[in-house]
Amino acid sequence: MIEVQSLHKRYGTINAVNGVNFEVNRGEILGFLGPNGAGKSTTMKMITGFVRPTSGTVLVDGLDVQEHSVPVKERIGYMPENGPIYGEMTVVEFLNFIADIRGFSDPTQKEDAIDHVCDLCRLNSVRHQSIETLSKGYKQRVGFAQAVLHDPPALILDEPTDGLDPNQKKEVRKIIRAMAKDKAIVLSTHILEEVTALCTRVIIIANGKVIADESPESLLQRNKHFNALCIRFEEADLEVVKKGIKELPEIANAEINDGALEVFPKNKQSIDNLILKTCRDNEWAISHFEKRPVGLDEVFWELTA
Amino acid sequence: MTQVLPIFKREFFGYFRSPVAYVFLIVFLVVSSGLTFYVGQFFDARVASLSTFFTMQPWIYTFFISAVGMRLWAEEKRSGTWELLFTLPVRIREAVIGKYLAGWAFITTGILLTFPLLLTVGYLGDPDWGPIFTGYFGSILMAGSFLAVCSFTSAITKNQVISFVISVVINLCLVFLGWSVLTDLISFLPVSWIDALSNFSYSTHFEGFSRGMVIFEDLAFFLSLSFISLLLTVIILER
Repeated sequence: MIEVQSLHKRYGTINAVNGVNFEVNRGEILGFLGPNGAGKSTTMKMITGFVRPTSGTVLVDGLDVQEHSVPVKERIGYMPENGPIYGEMTVVEFLNFIADIRGFSDPTQKEDAIDHVCDLCRLNSVRHQSIETLSKGYKQRVGFAQAVLHDPPALILDEPTDGLDPNQKKEVRKIIRAMAKDKAIVLSTHILEEVTALCTRVIIIANGKVIADESPESLLQRNKHFNALCIRFEEADLEVVKKGIKELPEIANAEINDGALEVFPKNKQSIDNLILKTCRDNEWAISHFEKRPVGLDEVFWELTA
Repeated sequence: MTQVLPIFKREFFGYFRSPVAYVFLIVFLVVSSGLTFYVGQFFDARVASLSTFFTMQPWIYTFFISAVGMRLWAEEKRSGTWELLFTLPVRIREAVIGKYLAGWAFITTGILLTFPLLLTVGYLGDPDWGPIFTGYFGSILMAGSFLAVCSFTSAITKNQVISFVISVVINLCLVFLGWSVLTDLISFLPVSWIDALSNFSYSTHFEGFSRGMVIFEDLAFFLSLSFISLLLTVIILER
C-alpha cells in the first residue's frame, strides 16, 4: 500500500532523511521510532506530500505522491503532530469542512460519516463547542476524527497519543487496533510500550537512516536480558552452581551479581525448564527464580545512543 | 477547481467568527466616511459626487487591506494548519484562490456597506450615477489587487506583523508612484519616464473609474497585478 524508496531530504547542509526504504501493507501497523530530530516527522510529511523530497519516491497504492498528489491525498488520512486544527470552528463545522473537501457530495452520506467519527472518537458531547476551548485530549481526538472521516486505506499518524492521559491513550489505541484490519497504518511515537502493545512491525530511525525494521518480538530479542534468568539459592555455593550451569551447552554466560546468579542463554532460547531440572538434579535449593521483564528501552538506547 | 468553494466558505465565515472582523468593518466605515466629510471637505465642495471619497480610497486600502490580508497565509503557517490543509486533496492554487476570494468578498462587503454615502449624495443633490457606479466597480477591483499583494507578502512569512509591514510598503509605493506630489518632485526627469513610473500606480489607473470611464488598460493593470501576485503566492507555497 505504501512504498518508500530511497527517500532523501536535505535542509541546507543537514541530511534530515538519508536513504529511507520501507513498505507497509494493508493489515500492518508500522511503528516509527526514533529520537527527536531523527527524521520521523519529515519522512511522514514526505509520504503525505506536504514536504517535497530531495530525491527518492513514495508510492501510495502504486501512485507517485509527487506526480499524483491529489489522488494520493484522497487515499491517505493524516494526523499531524500536535493536531493543528482551525481553532475558531466548532467540531462539527470543522468536520463538515473536511467532508466538503474530501468530496462528500451527498448530504446524508456526509452526515452519517460525521456521526460515525463522532461516535468512534467520543466527540458527541463537544460537537458544537469551538475547538480552541477543548482540552488537549479532545483536540487530539478531533485531529484523529478528521484523519479517518473518509475511511482511507492508508493512515499516517504523527504521535497520535502524545499528551493524552492513560485512559485516553488506551482508547485511541483501541480505535487504531480496530481499524487496522484493512488499512496500512504508520504511526510515530516516543512511547515504547505503545509499540509492543499496538504495532505489527517497528522501524527505528536515527540520523535520517533506518537502523532496524522488524517485528516488536524480534526487536525485543535484541535485549541482552531476553530469556535471561535471575536465581537465588538457599544454601548452595554460588561459585559451584555458576561453574555447573556454565558448562551446559545451551548457556552463553552466567554471572554472580549481588548474591544472585544471572544466567544468559545462547541464541536467546528459553532455558527455564533446563535450569530448573539442573538445579533439581544437583539438589541446589532455589529461593527465588525470576525471568527479567524485558522492554524495548534498552534495545532502543543501544541502537540510537 | 471544485475545492475552491469549501475553502472560500471556511475562510469567509471565518472572518465573522472573530470580533476583529466587526471592529475592522466599523473602523473602515468610520475612517472612509470621516476622511470624505472632514479631510475631503465634502460639504464645502457643494457638489453631489463621491469623487473625494474615491480619492481617499487608495490611501485607506493601503492600511486596511494589508490588515485583512496579513493573516491569509501567515496565520496558517504560524498555527501549522497549512500542514493539515495541504495534506487534504486540495491543489495549492485552489487554496490560494479560495482564500483570496474570501478575503476579497469580505472587503467588498465593507466597501458596499458605505452605501449610506450614496443615499447622502442622492438626497442632497442630483448626482451623475455613472461615475459613482464605475467608481465602486473600480474600487472593488483595486481592492482585489491590494489584497493579492498581501496574499503574496503573507505567504513569505509566518509573522503577521512582518507581512503587514511589507505589504504596506509595497502598496504604498504603488500608490505614491501616481501621486501628484511625487510626480512634481521628480519633474526634472523626462516626461516619458514619469509617465512610465506613474503607470505602475493604483491611483493612476483608478482615476478613470472614478470619472466614469472603464478603460481596458486600467482593467488590465488591476487584473494582471492580481494575477501575478497570486501566481507568486502559489509558487512560494509550492516550494
